[in-house]
Amino acid sequence: MAESLQPVEDPNRAYVGAGTPPVIAPGHTFGTVTDKISAIVLTRRTPLGWYAGFLLAGSFAFLLLVSLTYLVTKGIGIWGNNIPVGWAFDITNFVWWIGIGHAGTLISAILLLLKQTWRTSINRFAEAMTLFAVACAGIFPLFHTGRPWLAYWLFPYPNSMSLWPQFRSPLIWDVFAVSTYATVSALFWYVGLIPDLATLRDRSQSRAGRVIYGMLAMGWRGSARHWHRYDTAYLLLAGLATPLVVSVHTVVSFDFAIGIVPGWHTTIFPPYFVAGAIYSGFAMVLTLAIPIRAVYNLEDFITMRHLQNMAKVMLVTGLIVAYGYGTEAFISWYSGDKYEGFVPMNRIFGPYAFYYWLLITCNVIIPQALWFKRVRTSVPVLFVISLIVNVGMWLERFVIIVLSLSRDFLTSSWGRFAPTFWDWSTLFGTVGLFVSLLFLFLRFLPMISIFEIRTLLPEAKVSDE
Amino acid sequence: MASAYLIATFADPEALVGAVEAIRARGFKIYDVYAPCPVHGLDEAMGIRRSRLPYVTLAAGALACAATAAFEFYAAVFDWSLNVGGKPDNSTLAFVPIAFEMTVLAAGLATAGAFLLRAGLFPGSAPKLAGPPVTDDTFAVALRWRPNAFDTGEARLLLIESGATDIRQTVGDL
Repeated sequence: MAESLQPVEDPNRAYVGAGTPPVIAPGHTFGTVTDKISAIVLTRRTPLGWYAGFLLAGSFAFLLLVSLTYLVTKGIGIWGNNIPVGWAFDITNFVWWIGIGHAGTLISAILLLLKQTWRTSINRFAEAMTLFAVACAGIFPLFHTGRPWLAYWLFPYPNSMSLWPQFRSPLIWDVFAVSTYATVSALFWYVGLIPDLATLRDRSQSRAGRVIYGMLAMGWRGSARHWHRYDTAYLLLAGLATPLVVSVHTVVSFDFAIGIVPGWHTTIFPPYFVAGAIYSGFAMVLTLAIPIRAVYNLEDFITMRHLQNMAKVMLVTGLIVAYGYGTEAFISWYSGDKYEGFVPMNRIFGPYAFYYWLLITCNVIIPQALWFKRVRTSVPVLFVISLIVNVGMWLERFVIIVLSLSRDFLTSSWGRFAPTFWDWSTLFGTVGLFVSLLFLFLRFLPMISIFEIRTLLPEAKVSDE
Repeated sequence: MASAYLIATFADPEALVGAVEAIRARGFKIYDVYAPCPVHGLDEAMGIRRSRLPYVTLAAGALACAATAAFEFYAAVFDWSLNVGGKPDNSTLAFVPIAFEMTVLAAGLATAGAFLLRAGLFPGSAPKLAGPPVTDDTFAVALRWRPNAFDTGEARLLLIESGATDIRQTVGDL
């Protein structure tokens, strides 16, 4: 890579050495950045491939609609959930989706505060991914209540029953955590979009485009006074989103850790869940970024630098997760509690041992390949590893939830869980919804932050006197 | 309110900041500066005061935190106390997560709301553009012209010396 020897101005370069690929390919100007990114949205002809992809994803989203409709008419008995396995696919899927969302906030907020400029080309679609993942996550607990139309009972409002929610319950904490997370993520994403919406408004050839983007841009005109406040507001929102993202998966882990079920009642859960969330989230960002950059020819903006950095984040968080598995097993033996001690034995040798070993293979063994630079620089291999980690992280939640519930204290109350067709259709249905929303996003909004990419250009640099 | 403006455009932020400094040093008052991206050092050059937005964030967050904690205490201790597994009514630690989430929610909404309000941005607000390219690849400085307010010739000369690519006079509402 000869061109990588002249990278653009980039504060990271000092730390990572001169041979590292740049965060933006050389030769771009303000005009070309605007053209290249806005053209994807403003093109009059929607590519045929887009229709094909949207149709495929949309049909799975339709499957979700069918599954949920059937669920509401028949009740949650259509799922494989039973006593003792009262939480199964639904909560596994909920935790999996919420975890995926975390990478978006990490990239947009935490990496912003840490002044990691490479975040700039991936933050927009990672944030979109967060929003869509949270939407998919929310479906599961909502419909698991059985009567989703009464879900507002979870919020404290003056009611004729004169009852309040039980504020000591981690499930109520979860309601507040997830709804706050969804709201603040949407806010952060939208505020970040405003200047780009103004660019689209001013470049759109169609009247509808000018009106719609115009309404959404809210009269943004690039005034220096606005930029000044904008930067302050954006930093403040990043500062708020940072503790929020850590708190959300902590609260999700409390759903389990506050309970007394062996395998759940563990103090390591909060940090281990947060690391797992970031791990799975980065895997999903890679899974999406690799095809998107290839299809839309965005290799100039989503460079090998981004893919390599994300691979490194996956390696680190994967190791934290592996450490979590080790600690969990060690403490259950060290506690001397026979029920806790049974948990790792049940996982390793029990009826679901296959899934436990599959989880270890996906999350611990295969990602060790990321230690090698050859692997980190190979796009197809990265793509395959990211898919494997996505599966592994889903299995991790399945192992925690189903294995713990299926065999708790009394052997007489042990049971087994087997998913039904509707369990699978709801899971794949949410994947369809997620991908459909992503397709709409790619078509109608700039998938890369145009104004932030402008600030990365060498010509954007103002020398200090 | 239509006024006359002298608008100078620049191709890069370096020239823009230099021009802003030169114009202010000569005693001209800048109406506004327009840029397609945030420009490092422009705030100092324009003499913009530090934004007070953080105080809004702090106030909203502190208020929401206190109000939520007080409400949880009221609901769980006074209004409807429930004995759950013998845990104390006032389980203060258990009230922390919700108080924290509400703090972040209120602070976030207040920050975004205050920013939009203060900047006068709302759906339907007219984009008072100094020219469409300021959201693309062009930077602009606008001086408001009033009779005898400044010497147009001197201002033009100064802007050209600072590297302006184009200077024009417009009448409109910026």
